[in-house]
Amino acid sequence: MSSSLTNFGYQGKELPVKVRNIGLALFLIGLVLAVFGYFVEPVRSMFNNIILLTFIVSIGLGSLFFVALEYVSGAIWSVPFRRVMEFFAALLLIVPFIALPLLFNLHDIFHWTHPEVMKTDKLLAGKAPYLNEEFFIVRFLVFAALWILFYFAITLTSKKQDITKETKLTRRNIKISAVFIPVFALTVSFTAIDWLMTLEPHWFSTIYGVYYFSGTVLAALAAGTYAIVNLNEKGYLLKGLDKDHYYSLGALLFAFINFWAYIAFSQFLLIWYANLPEETIWFLQRWNGSWKYISILLIIVQFVVPYFGLLSQPSKKDGKKLKFFALWILAAHYIDLYWLAMPTFSKEGFVLGWIELAYPILAVGIVVLVFSLKSKKNNFVAIGDPKLKRGIEFKL
Amino acid sequence: MSEKKLYSYTALFNTPDEIIHATEKVSEKGYKNYDVNTPYPVHGLDGAMKLPPSKLGYIALVLGLSGIMAGLLMTYWMSAVDYPINIGGKPVFSFPAYIPIIFEITVLFASVGTVLAMLLFFFKLPNNSHPLHGTNYMKAVSSDKYGISISADDKLFIEEEVINLFKELGSTEIHPVYYDEVEVNYKNKIFEPNFIMFLVVAFILTSGATYVTLNKLMYMVPFDWMSNQEKVIPQSKSMFYSDGFGMRTPVEGTIARGHIPYPYKGNPEAASAMPNPLLPSKENMKIGQQKYDTYCSPCHGFHAEGDSRLRGQFPNPPSLHSEKVRNWTDGRIFHVITEGQNIMPAYNTQLTNDEKWAVILHLRALQRSLNAKETDLQ
Repeated sequence: MSSSLTNFGYQGKELPVKVRNIGLALFLIGLVLAVFGYFVEPVRSMFNNIILLTFIVSIGLGSLFFVALEYVSGAIWSVPFRRVMEFFAALLLIVPFIALPLLFNLHDIFHWTHPEVMKTDKLLAGKAPYLNEEFFIVRFLVFAALWILFYFAITLTSKKQDITKETKLTRRNIKISAVFIPVFALTVSFTAIDWLMTLEPHWFSTIYGVYYFSGTVLAALAAGTYAIVNLNEKGYLLKGLDKDHYYSLGALLFAFINFWAYIAFSQFLLIWYANLPEETIWFLQRWNGSWKYISILLIIVQFVVPYFGLLSQPSKKDGKKLKFFALWILAAHYIDLYWLAMPTFSKEGFVLGWIELAYPILAVGIVVLVFSLKSKKNNFVAIGDPKLKRGIEFKL
Repeated sequence: MSEKKLYSYTALFNTPDEIIHATEKVSEKGYKNYDVNTPYPVHGLDGAMKLPPSKLGYIALVLGLSGIMAGLLMTYWMSAVDYPINIGGKPVFSFPAYIPIIFEITVLFASVGTVLAMLLFFFKLPNNSHPLHGTNYMKAVSSDKYGISISADDKLFIEEEVINLFKELGSTEIHPVYYDEVEVNYKNKIFEPNFIMFLVVAFILTSGATYVTLNKLMYMVPFDWMSNQEKVIPQSKSMFYSDGFGMRTPVEGTIARGHIPYPYKGNPEAASAMPNPLLPSKENMKIGQQKYDTYCSPCHGFHAEGDSRLRGQFPNPPSLHSEKVRNWTDGRIFHVITEGQNIMPAYNTQLTNDEKWAVILHLRALQRSLNAKETDLQ
């Protein structure tokens, strides 16, 4: 059996060292600035750290969700580049390290970590069984452990299939994925509630978890789309991936842009309509001073521009446009998280200094570095997957 | 049979792969006027047929945009122009509240309109006489076969060549399809006078029936039984009572809760003895001024000088600074407010007793401002 036939002519090209070096450089620059920032302005740095944490969780967890979704739904079109999403899911491995500085600084970030407040404030006293440091840390550790467990369970099975080419491994992954999806649903909601919503412990919104979920899937899809189109154009993936695959990626991106807007507007409409002071305060804070401009910017950047950019069919099939809007949406998601977290830190208006720039650099560095390291020892294509042939031949 | 003409040559294939291969070959040969029929949508067939992207998307876009405009206009006209209601203190036209409505109307316009446009303009329906209908070919491709049909209209159509091509491609069944010219139309049926007439008649019938039902039928026996019930309706005629009024007058001597009848009706002398129970405190003066400005000032003027704002539509009353009024007791003025005097109507229903006394306090202050006591100047 010639290997080119069994492997669909997969070349096994490796990413150039340049990519890893760029990732490493960005990572180091970001890390040095972030550490320096921590000594200059610790609280502000920690709020940025929350954005970084949720951003990395978004891409990592969203990618694992995408992989699980492919298994559960029996999708065919995404098989040729499922491995790319698996690489992004490796970001989950470093989530605990990003959270580490936060766990040591909970007192500076979260109002509810102060026991004297929890006793005197009647509203918070009722939430005390959930909002306490011990339970918070336990929750986070359990979530992170679950993510990493499922990450290894799914990706190692997938990797094993490259060599053994057994169909039963796909079946095993379908079962694991079916268990993972409810776990994902709960953990992603509670992650959003724990790290972002409890910044304002008095305020609550039942749709908040779904809001973060929409951004999570959007960010993961955007990261995946950018990498897939780029890798495909440079010949790292199999030949035959074409407009039909691009269109499917673009259509999913487009769908989740709409889903995000739908959820964001639902949250706004109900709070605006009911007009209850304990609920509207959250939006009023985001309309206060210069925050108003960020709120308006978010609507334009995360909905209006990508909506019209990806509306037409040709634009979803255009690799160049897809790459552009994938990066655009990633940036929009970062702004979204900034909009969620930062108003608690600076109530008067938004802040934009070198610390706010250091963390995105760090985030990009982490993503590029993890992706390039992960891809080093692995195939870019799941060459043992029984659905691969049909996946390449996929037509709309 | 002489009228039967050749419509097309059809070929049947057994698998989707075969039909895609066959379609690619047919399209390579340069045939334009052909169609492929499959029991379900086969992925990749559009590409094999080299079909240009559908124009339907633009129709959906235009319809969607008109849906947005229609929704916006509808919500604006209903809530800001035709029937403005204050809801929760929000502006009459509250845009966020109308986004869901505008969204739904957009979806409605775009989806229904697109389907209609597809049926009427792209499929050229209504059309019940397509030549392929009722043929064995159509029966086969509706269940488990994949078929291709090259029309005889095609410029390159030569019977033998088409048959040979189909044989080369490995088709199992190759058949010609004939049709009766009279039965087939290639035009947009929707633009035919008969069809337009049908639409017009349908429109008149439905709208006429709706009009008759809602405006005539509902008021005819027995459909009006629901609205005409034997019950007493406020402020309307009733045959139940002998006087013909639906509403009853209270029993003589009863008084409304919290209401004390005025005891000095038509007796100003007795009313003069009433003292003003209110102290000229800041709050009372304020109420007095407010009520005076609302009810008294239109005729008496803001400063009680009889300088009416009504520009002669009503005879001006005399000044309240006259000696006569200044010497009246508070009770006497109270009597005038309660019962009215000459052309002045009674203000008993507009003002409560306390408010009347407060108005009198204000009036006294106005009078003192023109005729101050000596003690005031010290």
